[in-house]
Parts: sequence; C-alpha cells; structure tokens
Amino acid sequence: MLLAFDWSQLAQQTVIGLSSGALWALLALAIVLIYRSTGVVNFAQGEMAMLSTFVAWSLVHHGFSFWEAFFATVALSFCGGVGIERAVIRPVERAPVLTIVIVTLGLVFVVDGIARWGWTAETKSLPNAFSTRPIQIAGVAFSIQDLGNIAVSIGLVLLIGVLFRYTKLGLALRAAAINPQESRLLGVRVSWMIAIGWGLAAALGAVAGMLTAPALASFDQNLMQPVLLYALAGAVLGGLESPVGAVVGSLLLGVFVNLVGTYVDWVGNDLRLPVALAVILGVLLIKPAGLFGRTAVRRV
Amino acid sequence: MRRVLGIAVPLLAAAAAVGVFLLVPHLVSDFHSRDLAEAGVFFIAIVGLNLLTGYTGQISLGHGALMAIGGYTTAALVVHEHWRDVWTIPLAGIAAGIVGFLIGIPALRLSGLYLALATFAFAVAMPSLLKKFSGLTGGSQGLSFLESSPFQVTGLKGTVTVFGHTTTANHFLYYLTWGIGLVGLAIAWLIVRGRFGRAFRAIRDSEAAAASAGVNLPLYKTLAFALSGVYAGVAGSLFAIQSEIVNPLSFTVLLSILIVVGAVVGGLGSLPGLVLGALFIKYLPSLAGHVSTRPGAPDFIYGAAIILVVILLPGGAGGLLGRLFAPLTTWLYTRR
Repeated sequence: MLLAFDWSQLAQQTVIGLSSGALWALLALAIVLIYRSTGVVNFAQGEMAMLSTFVAWSLVHHGFSFWEAFFATVALSFCGGVGIERAVIRPVERAPVLTIVIVTLGLVFVVDGIARWGWTAETKSLPNAFSTRPIQIAGVAFSIQDLGNIAVSIGLVLLIGVLFRYTKLGLALRAAAINPQESRLLGVRVSWMIAIGWGLAAALGAVAGMLTAPALASFDQNLMQPVLLYALAGAVLGGLESPVGAVVGSLLLGVFVNLVGTYVDWVGNDLRLPVALAVILGVLLIKPAGLFGRTAVRRV
Repeated sequence: MRRVLGIAVPLLAAAAAVGVFLLVPHLVSDFHSRDLAEAGVFFIAIVGLNLLTGYTGQISLGHGALMAIGGYTTAALVVHEHWRDVWTIPLAGIAAGIVGFLIGIPALRLSGLYLALATFAFAVAMPSLLKKFSGLTGGSQGLSFLESSPFQVTGLKGTVTVFGHTTTANHFLYYLTWGIGLVGLAIAWLIVRGRFGRAFRAIRDSEAAAASAGVNLPLYKTLAFALSGVYAGVAGSLFAIQSEIVNPLSFTVLLSILIVVGAVVGGLGSLPGLVLGALFIKYLPSLAGHVSTRPGAPDFIYGAAIILVVILLPGGAGGLLGRLFAPLTTWLYTRR
C-alpha cells in the first residue's frame, strides 16, 4: 500500500482542495471584512451569496452569457449589501455584539425566505465558468475549472488588497475599521464606510456562490450552508482580524479537509464538515487569535 | 405603609402568575395546552441561557446541544433502562449540567464573539455526533419511547392521575412543564439577587474589575455554565417526554438559535419578560404561516419580525416591562 503511493493522486487532490479552499476563501474574506468594520460575524453571509447566485441563474436564464451575468450580479450584490447594511445594521450599529448577531441571524431567515419566495424549490444548474476539460501538467491531469477557480479567487484577493492598500477609499475603509472615533474627527464618513464594507463582502460572496454552483450538478436554496461553515472555519483558522489569514486559512483548510477525506477512510465524505468544525474548536481553544491574528491587549 | 406594599406587590404578582398558570389550561383547548407545554420547554431553556448570557455576559449559540444531552439522557434511561419517563428529569438536568461545566472550562479562554463561534460549532456538530454513537443514541432513527418501553410513558392511556386528581395527558404535560418552569424561574430569581448574582453581573460588566474585587472568575464562569446546562438539560428532557421520541433532527442548530432569539426578545438580564420570549419563538412560526403560506413567506416574516423586535425593543420584553412599571417601582422602592 505504502509502496504504491500515488504522487500524482496527491497532487490532484491537493489542487482539488485548493480549488474548494479558494472559494471558501472568498466567503471567509467577506466575513473578515465585516468582522473588522462591524465587529460581528455575519451569519447571513452564506445566504446572501446564495441569493446572488439565484440572481445570476435568472440572468443566465434570460439569455445572458455566464460572464455577463457574473459581472451584473457582482454589481447588484454590492448594491444589495450596502442596502442591507443601511436598512438593518445601521440602526443597531452601537448595540451590544449579541444584538447585531441576532440581527444577522434574522437576516438568514429573511434572505432565505426571499430566495424561496422568488424562485421555485426545484433544483437549478449554472453553466460552467471554465472548461471542464482536464489539462496535463507534468504528467498529472488537473481540471481547468479547479485552476480557474483558484486563479479568480487569488486575482480577487489581490484586487481587494490593492483597493485597501493603495487607494484613498481603502485608507478610509481601514481607518474606519481600526479607529472609528478618530476617523470621524478627521472627516471619514465611518457609517458609509461600514456600508461599503458590507457591499464588498456581498460582492465577494456573490463570486463565491457563482463559482461554487457550476461545480455541482444542481443546486437549491441550501447551496451555501456548508460553504459558510467551511468559510467560518477558514476565517477562524487564519484569524478573524486578518484578511490574509482568512485566505491562507481557507486554502489550508481546503487542502487539509480534502486530503483527510481522501486518505482517512473513517472520515470519508460524511465527516468532512465535522472535521472543519473540529478545526474551529481546536483553533479557538489553542490559539484563539488564529494563525495571523494578533491578540488584542487592552487597557482597562 | 409603603414598605408593606413593597413586599405585598411582588407577592401579589407572584400569586397572580401562579393563578394564571393554574387557570390557563381550562381556558384553552386540550390540544392548545400541549402547544403551551412546548412553549414551556423553550421557557426553561431561555431562563437558563439568560443566567449565562444575560447575567454573566457569556454568549452561547450552542444551547440546543445541551438540550440534546438532557433529551438523550432521558431517552436512553427510558428505552435502555426502562425508567419511568418523569423520574429521569433530575438526572437529565445533572448530565447536561456536567457537560455545561465541562464546556465552561475551555470557554474560560474565550470571550464574546469567539465563545459564540465555538458554541455554534458545537451545536452544528451535535447531530453528526449523535449519529456516530448509534449504540447509545439509536443513530439517525433516534430512540422511540413507544416502540421500546411504552409502559414507561406517563399519560399513555390519555389521562394521568396525580394525588387522586385525574387530568388529560396534555394538561398533565402543561402542568409538569410550566410547574418546573416556574420553580426554575424562582430559583433563578433567588440566584441572581444573591451573592452569586452579584458575582455574575460583576463579571458581565467588567471581568477585570470583578477579578480585582475578589470575584473568582474561573469558579463563577464555569458555575454559570453548569447552572445554565442544568436548565437546558431539564428542558431537553421535557422535550423528549413530550414528543416521546428523540432523534438527531430534534436538536439542530436552529433550536440553539431559537433559544438565543427567545432570550434576547424576552430581555437579557431580566426574568419576567422571558415568558414572552418563549411564547414569541413558539408562536411566531405559525403566525407567520397564517399571514401567507407561499413558500418562503413564513421564513421572511419570521426573520423580519426578529430583526424588528431587536431594533425596536433594545431591552427586549423585559426592558419594556421595566419601563412600563418604572413609576410604580420607583414609588415603591425609593426612600425619601
């Protein structure tokens, strides 16, 4: 058994793991963006991404090509995210953490309700964003779809990084997240920065949803529920404070979960999600700040 | 005079609560009293969560999992050991209390949202864990009282006779659940107004200040978790007794979320409003179903109602009650 160890299978499974991890990374990044600006985990992030995917499905259904629908949906999701923040998060901006958490849990029901109201329960499918044809690299077959997912995710993460690092808007976004009071004194419109953060998060989630759906034979309103849990695990692993951490954590988690699922028979396919949950618990107990987070030290 | 009233008014309020408790089943249909008994299960769990979250400031999104411990303790004792169902309630409470205590130990390292996430992961993982240990829990089939030991089900014949009084099974479940609920409420009230309650609130308001004032943080935080676990276990046990079957789907993460919603709607850090919180989570889904039965519409109304209540009533129903009665309580308890 050990002698017949198949290195090309390991390479394939690693890339498959990276591919799903890359999609989780987008949602994890969305969670981290909102955590940094609003101070809570948005439990509705997965459902919002699911709704975006349904919008994309309708656009494709009305004759748009995949990529036209893709960019239209990203734009719509951005507006939707801003709208949600203005409507329900702004009124509780200064409320205790638990209150905002409850609001996002309420949002889970609301968004889910909209998706079940507007679209029938029958399963749907989206065309593939990339060709499913395998390509040979160094004698190992990889699917173009997996490589495409990884490329899109890394591209988007870099784009977000550039936005935050090199633009005036990014500076304002970071300032509003790190020190709202002083930013307000310096003329940053903190409340609107939070709304833009929600918009960016919704757009990232939309991309995650639209890349997750084509990989499945069919999807329904439960599309993003497992993805949200994996993304939460990835974000916690990397550190909820750290965007880089969220991405690295999700990629690591993707590879880890896929390899454990492939090579450990006892885990197989059914226990992948509990493995991710065990990662959440383990990280929180051993190093709550995550791999890239800093432990907050406060004067009281 | 005012001093006498200051003692008499709360006593009268308590007497009125007991009166309502005794009378309600005679005012509503038999079937409806069973619905109310289900609301009572939520009530007990919410009171327990409020001790932990409302008074000690530790957020738990995993109380459904503690209810699962209680429910499965009862089910295992009835099905495997053929105990009478109602006698398993104390053991179910103790079992969940111990698990609560054990969760409380690692929880010492976590606070705020991180604790919420950890307990959330626990709640999400619970159904798969229950399926995995199928020897004890019956796997995804669960444990059915009626199949394995029907004679241990109180009220199997449709009526129950207690101390010579005969009531219908549904009325019995109502009295059992809300009776335990009211006793639990009274105990919670005694806890929060005494030495423990002061320590809990001090921890909630500032851990550093509490520690420097000599409050033993690890002791009181794990104690709050254990107490809260006892309430959740008793609630889970009553849930199992009412439904006569438990399976992994009885205790999903949705249940944990409902309990937190109930506690917030009822009012964290206050006790009387929690009855309203329990009724809210019990009746809102069917109310939402009455408004429209289009697929998705009940979910939408349900979520929107939760968001609206949280935005409009920051202190929950308890906060509202407090404000309504503020003139009375100020008049009664202010020394001039």
